[in-house]
Amino acid sequence: MIDFRYVRANDVADAVRQIAADPEAKFIAGGTNLIDLMKRDVERPSRLIDISRLPLRSVEETADGGLRIGALVPNSDLAYHPQIAQRYPLLASAILAGASAQLRNMASTGGNILQRTRCYYFYDIATPCNKREPGSGCSAIAGLNRISAILGTSDACIATHPSDMCVALAALDATVHVAGPAGPRAIPFSDFHRLPENTPQCDNNLQPNEIVTAVELPARGFSANYTYLKIRDRLSYAFAVVSVAAALELDGDTIKEARLALGGVAHKPWRDPSSEAELRGLKADQSTFVRAANVVLRDAKGFQHNAFKIDLASRAIVRALTQAASGTPQSQSNKKIR
Amino acid sequence: MPEKIPLSLTINGIEMQLNVAPWTSLLDALRDHLGLTGTKKGCDHGQCGACTVLVDGRRINSCLTFAVMKDGTAVTTIEGLAIDGALHPLQQAFIDHDAFQCGYCTPGQICSAVGLIAEGKAKSADEIRELMSGNICRCGAYPNIVRAIQQATGQS
Repeated sequence: MIDFRYVRANDVADAVRQIAADPEAKFIAGGTNLIDLMKRDVERPSRLIDISRLPLRSVEETADGGLRIGALVPNSDLAYHPQIAQRYPLLASAILAGASAQLRNMASTGGNILQRTRCYYFYDIATPCNKREPGSGCSAIAGLNRISAILGTSDACIATHPSDMCVALAALDATVHVAGPAGPRAIPFSDFHRLPENTPQCDNNLQPNEIVTAVELPARGFSANYTYLKIRDRLSYAFAVVSVAAALELDGDTIKEARLALGGVAHKPWRDPSSEAELRGLKADQSTFVRAANVVLRDAKGFQHNAFKIDLASRAIVRALTQAASGTPQSQSNKKIR
Repeated sequence: MPEKIPLSLTINGIEMQLNVAPWTSLLDALRDHLGLTGTKKGCDHGQCGACTVLVDGRRINSCLTFAVMKDGTAVTTIEGLAIDGALHPLQQAFIDHDAFQCGYCTPGQICSAVGLIAEGKAKSADEIRELMSGNICRCGAYPNIVRAIQQATGQS
């Protein structure tokens, strides 16, 4: 690991001022992704600005009936927060599907959304990677790409965003609140993360001197009909091969409102509003769910080792919508898929 | 060379002062600076759980946190669980159920289980397995680890 300086920020304004003073500095909160990447020499910050003691740890009700989650609320505290568990169980379930209990105790809400979109080659500094070293090439496109993306890829990068929490936040229409030299701004969740295009080194639209301060959930939580279905190579503590966040509002067996987001398939949590429009007004049955899956995956493109993900994603979408419609969400402790 | 940073940690109830370089992980501070080698280094990347300790009562991977970030906290390691020579109920349960073979993962398993019980979320064997999944045992003592934790939680 390289030498770096360690400093603490006193408040949000101080954090913004300190990061603006050093273009090679990085914020650190939980550290679970950044320290790992520093040990691999993938991240080489000149200085770490410790923001973990800033007062961004509360979960508060908003005027329009939603919740504002401080950026430093640990993942475990968020998953077990009574308001999240009762009103937004999709989010709680997705968080508990990810990482381990230890990592969830450390990882922050803001850090989870800012974890690097990545693949094996991003971690291996002996290989070319456009995300790590722009212009050096993508080793995954013709390499080992079983875990890689099938949607929204580019010739520059086929890495996936590994967060489970973010898939639920995408489905729930969250908003990311940030602060920077120009003041605060709000970014809709679907606009927060980026597709790789020709700049895979940019995972998201946070500007260099900005800091995430909160994530806001709107009032609608889909607590009756939801599921987070995660398909992975081992039952616990593994990234998704494919995951699906599904949420429905039903009137009898007719779909009034639908949300559908996928993990493990793209450079960002993949939410496709046209697939949700396809579901609205239709009967909640298998043929409807298959139609939605076909819409989501219409432009899916597999590579040598991951073409199976297209069929897997299709089946996972249908199964997830079935679980959501029947009010039988996937258990995150008994992993048998029903 | 950046300066060493002074910090204060309460380790197993005893306040300790140390000076560490900023990149020193909490794990390395415990093992190399304080001589507490009960906490083990396995993968050093947060994937195996051998380095699990409790910071202010919460279980974390000590390999994935810098010691300077934990200035002023209370850290409990495997060395701090027995009181006056009497084993912690989880230590006794691991012996009773032969919940290890080589023993390398055991300090992390036990500290993780202390955190698990404090969290109060594991009511069934499935939930114990899921919420202990951050601790790998390559000897494969998992069935006995689950039984030991069940005994310590009064579930057996």
